[in-house]
Amino acid sequence: MTQFLDWLRDETPTSRRQARWGGAFRLALALRKNHLAMAGLIIITTLILFAIFAPFIATHPAIQQDLQGRLSPPSFDHWMGTDELGRDIWSRIVYGSQITLFIVFLVAAIAAPIGLIAGAVAGYFGGWVDRIIMGITDIFLSMPKLILALSFVAALGPGIQNAVIAIAIATWPSYARIARAETLTIRNSEFIAAIQLQGASSTRIVFSHILPLCMSSMIVRVTLDMAGIILTAAGLGFLGLGAQPPLPEWGAMISSGRTFIFDQWWVATMPGLAIITVSLGFCFLGDGLRDVLDPKQGGR
Amino acid sequence: MSEDKLLEVKNLRISFPTTRDRIEVVKGISFDLGREKLGIVGESGSGKSLTGRSILKLIRAPGQVTADKLSFKNIDLLAQNEKQMRNIRGTKISMIMQDPKFSLNPVMTIGAQISESLNAHNKLSKSEVNQRVIDMLNDVKINDPERVVKLYPHEVSGGMGQRIMIAMMLIPQPDLLIADEPTSSLDVSVQAQVLNVIDDLISKKGMGLILISHDLVLTSRYCDRILVMKSGEIVEECKASELANAKHPYTRGLLAAIPSLNETRDELPTLNRLQKEPI
Amino acid sequence: MNAIELNELDIFYGDTQITDNISFDIKQGESFALVGESGSGKSTILKAIMGLAPKWNGSIKVNNVARSHGIDYDFAAQCQMVFQDPYGSLHPRKTVDATLSEPLTIHRISDQNERIEQVMQSVGLDLSFRFRYPHQLSGGQRQRVVIARALILEPKILLLDEPTSALDVSVQAEILNLFKKLRKERGLTYLMVTHNLPVVSFLCDRLAVIKAGKLVEVTGVEQLRQGNFKHAYTQELYAASGGVIS
Repeated sequence: MTQFLDWLRDETPTSRRQARWGGAFRLALALRKNHLAMAGLIIITTLILFAIFAPFIATHPAIQQDLQGRLSPPSFDHWMGTDELGRDIWSRIVYGSQITLFIVFLVAAIAAPIGLIAGAVAGYFGGWVDRIIMGITDIFLSMPKLILALSFVAALGPGIQNAVIAIAIATWPSYARIARAETLTIRNSEFIAAIQLQGASSTRIVFSHILPLCMSSMIVRVTLDMAGIILTAAGLGFLGLGAQPPLPEWGAMISSGRTFIFDQWWVATMPGLAIITVSLGFCFLGDGLRDVLDPKQGGR
Repeated sequence: MSEDKLLEVKNLRISFPTTRDRIEVVKGISFDLGREKLGIVGESGSGKSLTGRSILKLIRAPGQVTADKLSFKNIDLLAQNEKQMRNIRGTKISMIMQDPKFSLNPVMTIGAQISESLNAHNKLSKSEVNQRVIDMLNDVKINDPERVVKLYPHEVSGGMGQRIMIAMMLIPQPDLLIADEPTSSLDVSVQAQVLNVIDDLISKKGMGLILISHDLVLTSRYCDRILVMKSGEIVEECKASELANAKHPYTRGLLAAIPSLNETRDELPTLNRLQKEPI
Repeated sequence: MNAIELNELDIFYGDTQITDNISFDIKQGESFALVGESGSGKSTILKAIMGLAPKWNGSIKVNNVARSHGIDYDFAAQCQMVFQDPYGSLHPRKTVDATLSEPLTIHRISDQNERIEQVMQSVGLDLSFRFRYPHQLSGGQRQRVVIARALILEPKILLLDEPTSALDVSVQAEILNLFKKLRKERGLTYLMVTHNLPVVSFLCDRLAVIKAGKLVEVTGVEQLRQGNFKHAYTQELYAASGGVIS
């Protein structure tokens, strides 16, 4: 183990693999020093563990109804109480983490690459390519995200998959903007000129020289945006356009609890707390990543 | 002599924290300055710029400055608070930075900027201020100053920008001017002009000058005395005219490494730095 | 035979004319300097030759072949450029190894390992630097990497854009020595842009003086060493560099 650590810490790596691993190791060390980021990381890790081990963590099945025990307050049996159909809220939140994770990662996996490539291509080539791509993103950006997602869901029909697609369509333009701005600052630098002079193709330059430099700000931005994605998904769920009952989606849970919010506060509050905690977790992690990935601090 | 002593520096140390402990970047240097022109020369990382900035207390935390003595005209600079320092900066000690583009406010006319540095410290009527500004621009050899005061910084060339900076810094009539690489962003022919302007004004007004530079030859041409710094220490102190007889191997090495206009050596001597360890 | 021939070259940025009627020839194996102040258009000439400043009239020939107005794949192996700022001309996220192997991959050259080790040795970089990132290197070491990258396709012509002006004098001396050694070993042709006359005196055979886009004077290095110039502007430059006109 110590040998492995020394291998990672080696200032004079002897292979490409060691250089890459050593870099990642230093990044992890830097991240470990940032307390907020660590708090965020713990929250996110917990969320992921909840999602994976939901059947073992939940005390009840997510959709098991118990009409006798409906709307019972938090107790030893039901840690967060039960809802209007007597379902255990704790268990529903635990299972709900699967849905939340599914939405968040799918949106990121669709929107980030599209935005990244569109922005980098627009920024690198400029001219009419830039004008067309940026025109499209401007149209998307001129509408509020939730409204845009709403109209897409309305057109595609309610459901999780459609919600994911709608949110992805609504988010990629802001990534395209960031990637373009980043690309514009990189495009005229001497190291890009140098690789052009070596005869590299535009595809190679965009993919292996420009995109890696946009990557860190993109990771930070996506992580920070995840909170927004969760909220948009919850909003869609709240309006009945996201996950459909009886799926335990957090937004939909709040929505169904709002009728009882004055007398049975826990029905809406518990999923609300879950949303806040996870959103905060992503924000903390995003902030920490920004500090660590800032290229000016690299290697310090 | 003590009457004329502008600046006394004894055992000045500047340190910065790293992940493990503090690293000293300036390691206990001492020097005095009278009403003369002192050159501080060194390569990048020698601590020469930090030394200049520490005199104006411009080193921000986490950087730390300590000294047995750091006094300007018998004022203990280390004991001054930020408000008192602001009063000293500009009126008594001025500083010129490397690139005028970053030191001039882009949305103010040149005339307004120069008169501002005058107004901040004096109460003068408007016409008096204007007259002083025009005189000052004449002093730094700017043609047609009436036109130049109405220009914005992006409308003037680099050399002119640097002369405007000098005008701005000298108009409150400080006793000491610190010039940190004032000409290294300028063309060779403009460099000479700017340095001549500085040289003239310093001599005329009987001020002190600290010229911080990486250029040994240039500095020796304009200064009376030279300090050579290397990794935070002063390794050589000599009269500028006697630079050719420098004793320290580092100074001699630096001098030898500079190609001359009539260069016939087949290879330039280097300081034999190993290519092993990065710095 | 001439390595580079420029004939009546006018270069434009947009509608602004940068150079006016520039003509000169550089023989194969010669080291030639372009001297002038900032804004004189000397760097733009290098860019036009490389294809980075595509808008020009006149003719540019390299190794007797007319240059196109853009960047050519095949031209890369004949002629390369070393930039002024060793901090800006290396990709911050790529190791020395990645920087050096990329041109080989682009040109489908297989013996990458040997080539990289060989070029690192010839520019005086210890092999232990091979997997470091630019921020782990000093200015002089970075400039050696830049030179190694320019040399890895084994071009015969190098265009140097103020290659030492961002470096300390002692490092400048090392890099200048390296240029001299490489030229001897590989029979390179240099076209160097600089404002530093002593550097010209050390490294070059001939120099052209440029002022505001116009060629003022082309002369040999012996004339420079003796301060023997015809044109008033060149004399002015010489005096500003500390020379005494005889």
